[in-house]
Amino acid sequence: MSKNIAVKVDDLTVAYNYKPVLWDIDLEIPEGVLMAIVGPNGAGKSTLIKSILGILKPIAGSVSIYGKPYEKQRSMVAYVPQKGSVDWDFPTTALDVVMMGTYGSLGWIRRPKQKEKKLALEALEKVGMLAFKGRQISQLSGGQQQRIFLARALVQNASIYFMDEPFQGVDATTEIAIINILKELRKAGKTVIVVHHDLQTVPEYFDWVTFLNVKKIATGPVKDIFNDDNLTKTYGINYKVSIQE
Amino acid sequence: MSNAQIEIQLIASLVAIACAIPGTFLILRKMAMISDAISHSILPGIVIGFFITQDLNSPLLILLAALTGIITVVLVERIQRTGLVKEDTAIGLVFPVLFSIGVIMIAKNANDVHLDVDAVLLGELAFAPFDRLLVGGVDVGPKSLWVIGSILMVTVGLLFAFFKELKVSTFDAGLSASLGFSPVVIHYGLMTVSSVTTVGAFDAVGAILVVALMIAPAASAYLLTTDLKKMLLLSIGFGVFSAISGYWFAHWLDASIAGSITTMLGLLFLVVYLFAPTKGLIAVFYREKQQRIEVSLLTFLLHLKNHNEEVERHVNHLREHINWQKVRAKTVLELALKNNMIVIDEDIVSLTKKGNAFTSKAIDYIITNEDSQIEDMKDDFFLFRG
Repeated sequence: MSKNIAVKVDDLTVAYNYKPVLWDIDLEIPEGVLMAIVGPNGAGKSTLIKSILGILKPIAGSVSIYGKPYEKQRSMVAYVPQKGSVDWDFPTTALDVVMMGTYGSLGWIRRPKQKEKKLALEALEKVGMLAFKGRQISQLSGGQQQRIFLARALVQNASIYFMDEPFQGVDATTEIAIINILKELRKAGKTVIVVHHDLQTVPEYFDWVTFLNVKKIATGPVKDIFNDDNLTKTYGINYKVSIQE
Repeated sequence: MSNAQIEIQLIASLVAIACAIPGTFLILRKMAMISDAISHSILPGIVIGFFITQDLNSPLLILLAALTGIITVVLVERIQRTGLVKEDTAIGLVFPVLFSIGVIMIAKNANDVHLDVDAVLLGELAFAPFDRLLVGGVDVGPKSLWVIGSILMVTVGLLFAFFKELKVSTFDAGLSASLGFSPVVIHYGLMTVSSVTTVGAFDAVGAILVVALMIAPAASAYLLTTDLKKMLLLSIGFGVFSAISGYWFAHWLDASIAGSITTMLGLLFLVVYLFAPTKGLIAVFYREKQQRIEVSLLTFLLHLKNHNEEVERHVNHLREHINWQKVRAKTVLELALKNNMIVIDEDIVSLTKKGNAFTSKAIDYIITNEDSQIEDMKDDFFLFRG
């Protein structure tokens, strides 16, 4: 399998107040995979994504997106933060939040116009939220809010999607809707990287997986490396999941 | 109205607008208290600038004071980042120190000049028209009008240019950073505007009113709208309204203008807080009562749907069985009847076709965890609300 490398992380170390949260991470993510990052709480999963995206500054190491630093490749990357990271009482509508996805391509000062609005409406339709476009965001359920975030990422029409726990606090219907969209993205040749909590669904949803607990434990195709051995190494206890054949 | 009166109202209104714009973003960023800190801690900057220039409206003074404002923000953030104290504690530590330095400097050196603590705290709006700006010997208006007018124009220009950046970094700093709009740059930009505005408004209205003008109009607007642009416009409107009505209130009482404007701001917020259509106290109270009754109604309908046996559906038995008091049982029963959800035949209650459909749909929503949909459904089914 000789694929392009979409994301390459070299010797990445990140610390909060001098305490390392990520320790010497090397990681290559091939183009076109749908990858889960799994690991216990405090393993540094969100930190890894945020460091790749330049939101956090590492104390050592480097990151490249298709061979170039992130700052040069912003337009190729879309990011879905954790739902809890924003104030949903903010005075704005669902459509407006999705429009924010277009801000990156606009750059400083330029304002969104009809074209951006059209893109946002299309994205809302894709996640089944068109009917809620004028709704104030606090009036949406948790699942609907997550769909809005997903639509905002879709609008960016990126090559690589980073998502921080998109399934947290959403109902079963939304979870299925989201995973179907992620699978569609992969089919279109995009790379999707998801911080994921529910180990049971890893084999069903993803084709690639990275085990992380401050250090990188393993990374590779789910069918090769998603086993009790790696789970135990990552979670520290004798971990067993039944993998459906 | 005399010229001086018009000028005072004009200055007060411009100050209100200049404060409402950064104030709106401070509220949304949950940083209201930082405006309090800035308004006090710029004092040493003002005093030093005043010693150098001997002019309260000098650009140097504004620059120095704005710098002290930024230093305040940086100090607060530094102390907070140690993780030893929380943000509010850090604010409480920083600004009294800087303010007291200013107070001591005034007391030691400026006893004989036009700069005293009272003026700093409450401003001297009434005297603003006496300090004229002369260009080539020609009187072009009060100096503070020009100062605050210039600051306002810059603020409005920045707002129009960077509205989208301000919005995205306020709502979602993570996304903003990943898109290339540095939240740090925008944060310090907003802090600089807040500091400069505070200094410009300071001479006219004093340290306390500046805070009131930044926070109260935006806080009132926040309760009334769910649209950022409307929130900005409402804040501006509220600010100007309080400035002008406050002026006339002071005129009538023959009292401090700054004090009267602040009183108006307080009253305005109180009225909005009580009567805002969806977030107001009365609306919330009414809605909770309505929801309580409608939940009871749903409970009652579910009970009817679960029980076919007549003994379970007898009017009296219901009262005992569901364990409601007489009044509540009666209210719920009447609401169900009014909405054609039930029929009562010889004291036996049965669901109507409509009641049955409503209940089935509600059950569907409850078991699929889509409870929020029930509210939307009520609009289709209810002729009368609880």
